[in-house]
Amino acid sequence: MKLTGAQIVIEALKQEGVEVIFGIPGGAIIDIYDALYDSSIRHILAHHEQGAAHMADGYARATGKVGVCFATSGPGATNLTTGIANAYMDSIPIVAITGQVVTRLIGKDAFQEADTTGITSPITKHNYLVKDVNELARIIKEAFYIAKTGRPGPVLIDIPRDVQLATADFDYSSIEIDIRGYKPSVTGHIRQIREAARLINESKRPCILAGGGVITAGASEELFKLATKANIPVATTFMGIGSFPQDHPLSLKSAGMHGNYAANYALMECDLLIAIGCRFSDRTTGKVSSFASKAKKIHIDIDPAEINKNVVVDVPIVGDAKIILKTLIEYVQEKREEEWLSYIMELKSTHPLTYADGLAIKPQFVIEKVCEVVPDNTIIVTEVGQNQMWSALFFTHKKPRHFISSGGLGTMGFGFPASIGAKVGRPDALVVDIAGDGSFLMNIQELATVVENNIPVKVVVINNRALGMVRQWQEIFYKKRYSSTILKEVNFAEIAKAFGVEGIRVTEKEELVPALRSAFEYPGPAVVDVIVEQEENVIPMVPPGAPIDQIIGGK
Amino acid sequence: MRHTIAVLVENKSGVLARISNLFRRRGYNIESITVGKSEREGIARITLEVDGDELAIEQVTKQLNKLIDVIKVSDITHDEMIERELMLIKVSADASTRSEILQIVDIFRASVVDVSPKALVIEITGDRDKLDAFETLLRPFGIKEIACTGKVAMVRHPKEIK
Repeated sequence: MKLTGAQIVIEALKQEGVEVIFGIPGGAIIDIYDALYDSSIRHILAHHEQGAAHMADGYARATGKVGVCFATSGPGATNLTTGIANAYMDSIPIVAITGQVVTRLIGKDAFQEADTTGITSPITKHNYLVKDVNELARIIKEAFYIAKTGRPGPVLIDIPRDVQLATADFDYSSIEIDIRGYKPSVTGHIRQIREAARLINESKRPCILAGGGVITAGASEELFKLATKANIPVATTFMGIGSFPQDHPLSLKSAGMHGNYAANYALMECDLLIAIGCRFSDRTTGKVSSFASKAKKIHIDIDPAEINKNVVVDVPIVGDAKIILKTLIEYVQEKREEEWLSYIMELKSTHPLTYADGLAIKPQFVIEKVCEVVPDNTIIVTEVGQNQMWSALFFTHKKPRHFISSGGLGTMGFGFPASIGAKVGRPDALVVDIAGDGSFLMNIQELATVVENNIPVKVVVINNRALGMVRQWQEIFYKKRYSSTILKEVNFAEIAKAFGVEGIRVTEKEELVPALRSAFEYPGPAVVDVIVEQEENVIPMVPPGAPIDQIIGGK
Repeated sequence: MRHTIAVLVENKSGVLARISNLFRRRGYNIESITVGKSEREGIARITLEVDGDELAIEQVTKQLNKLIDVIKVSDITHDEMIERELMLIKVSADASTRSEILQIVDIFRASVVDVSPKALVIEITGDRDKLDAFETLLRPFGIKEIACTGKVAMVRHPKEIK
C-alpha cells in the first residue's frame, strides 16, 4: 500500500494504539494535520506547545502508555522543549513529532526553521531527522520502542514537509525492530540478587528507598511484598510517592529536602539501604558524602549509568525492578527487627507533620481538606514550588500513578496541562491540579483547552500572591529581601469564568469544604481560588547541600 | 589517568555531534578523538582519549553506551594494545641542514613526502612518545607547521572489539 509520509505518520500511530494526540498545527506540519482530519485518533488542541508536551507527559504518567504530541517547525518545536526536558528528567515515555522545513532548505535559515534535533539531543532519549520517506515507518516504530522500553524517555521525530508529501510503501506489522546499539537488560544478575538477599537477611536496620522506577516498572505490588515479608520500613523519593501506601505502618513517606523526619532519619541511621528505581538526586540525598553513610547499599536500577553516578554502592543490580524484586523476594527470609522497628515507630510518632493553624486559611489546611473530600482513586497533579511540596506532604498518597508532579526539572506551569493529559487518559478518575498562583499563570491559556474539549479537570489554586518557594528561601537565607517574589493578587475564579470554566473564590475557612465539594461534583472543569496566608513556609526543610538529618523548623 | 576508549558507532550523520555533545554536557574532557571506518559496513570506529579517575571513566563509558547510535564501548587502556598516530611536519631546511635532517628521518623510519628549496614535509607514524621525540629533535631547525591525526588504537589478538 502506497501512502504519503503524512498518512504513514497517522497510520503508524493508529497501529501503535495511540488514542489521543496533543498539539498545535502550523505550516510545516499542515500535511500531517490534513491526514489526521480523516482519522479516528482524537486530537486535543493545546494553546501553547509547552502545554501540549506536558499534556502528553501527564497522559503517560497517569496511564503508563506513551504520550504523543505534535508541533510545527521552528517556534513550535522550541516551545516543546521545556516539556520534552521535563519528560526526560522524570523518565516519561513520550513521542514528539515536529514538522520541519523542506529538506533542500534545511541549513539555509528558512522561515520557521530551527535545528530541532540539535536543540533536543541533550533532552531526548533519542531523536530522528527523517530524510527519506522510506525510512519513516521504521523510525516511528523504533521511536515508540525506545520511548517505552529500558529506562523510558522522550523521543522526537523531525519530519520535513517534502517527506510528509512523498509516498512510500507501508506495511507496519512487517517491520522488525533491531537496534544494534540498544539492548536494555531487564532480568538482573542472579548472583547479585542473592547477595542482596543475604545482606537483607543479615541486616539489623534495613531501609528501602523507593523511586519513580518502581512506579514505571509497575512494581508496587512486589515492593509491598518485599517490605512486608521482612518488615522493612519504606521511604520514597519524591518521584516514588505512591509506590507504597503512606497509611501503612512501614511507610516513612517521602525523604529529602522537604521530606518527612522519619524518612530522613531512617535513611541516615540504617545499616542497609535498598534503593529501587531511583537516581540519588541531590534533592533526595542532601550532602551526598554523608548520605546513608552507615549503610551498605543495594541499588536496583534499569539504567546502568545510574550505578555509582551519584552514590557509590556495594551491590548494584541492573534490570527491571518488577522482575528483580520478584526473584529477590524468594531469597529474602521473613523477619522482624524489633529494635529497629520500634525506633522507627518512635520517630514517626514523635515527629508528625504539623503546622500552626489559625484564623487565616493555611495552605496545609487546604491540602488536608482536599485529601478528606476526594474519593480514593483521585489523581493529584501539582505545579512546582510550595504547592507541590505541601501536596506531597499533607495528602496521604496510596497508589502509584495517582500523584503526578514535575520532579527532576521542577517545571512551573507543568501541573495544569499535565492534569488535562491525565484526565484524558483516565476519564474515570477525579483529577485535581493543586496549583500555586505563580505556576498557574505560566500555562493558564490551557483554560481554553479544557473548555473547547470539555475536560472536567479541577484546579485548586493555593493563592498566596507570591512565588512562594523562592520567597521562602529569601525569608530564610536572604534576610527577607523579597526580590521579585511578591505578586499582585489575581482573581482566578473570575479568570476561569471568563474562559467559560466554573470559578469559585474562597476567602474564609468555612467556605473551603463546600467550595471543594461543589467544584468536584460540578460536571465540567472548575477552578477553586483559595486565598491563603502569604508567609507560610514548607517545613520540614533541609538547607541545600546539608545532610538530610539537619532539618530546619517544626519539631 | 589517561584512558583509551574504543567506540563502535552507527555511521550516520549526527553521531559525532551526539558524542561531543555528551562530553560537553557532562563535563568530560576529550584529549583526542579520531573517527574512521571499521571492518564492518555502516559502522564507524572512534578512538577517544579521556582523562579521569576510574569512577569518571566508568561514567563516560556508561553514558556513551546510553546513546542509541553507539553499538559498543570498550576501555582498552589496560589491554595490550597497539596505538598509532600520524603526524605531518613541515620543517625549514636548506642545503646546509638538509642532510642532518634526513639522518634523523632515517633513524625514526619517517619519510620525506615533499621537498622544496627551503623546507621539507615529513610524515611519521608511531605512538605519542616517538612523535614527541621526533618533534623535539627537529625543533632547532625551525618547525613551520604540524598536523596530527590523534590516536588510533587496536587491542592485540586474540581480544577483538566487536
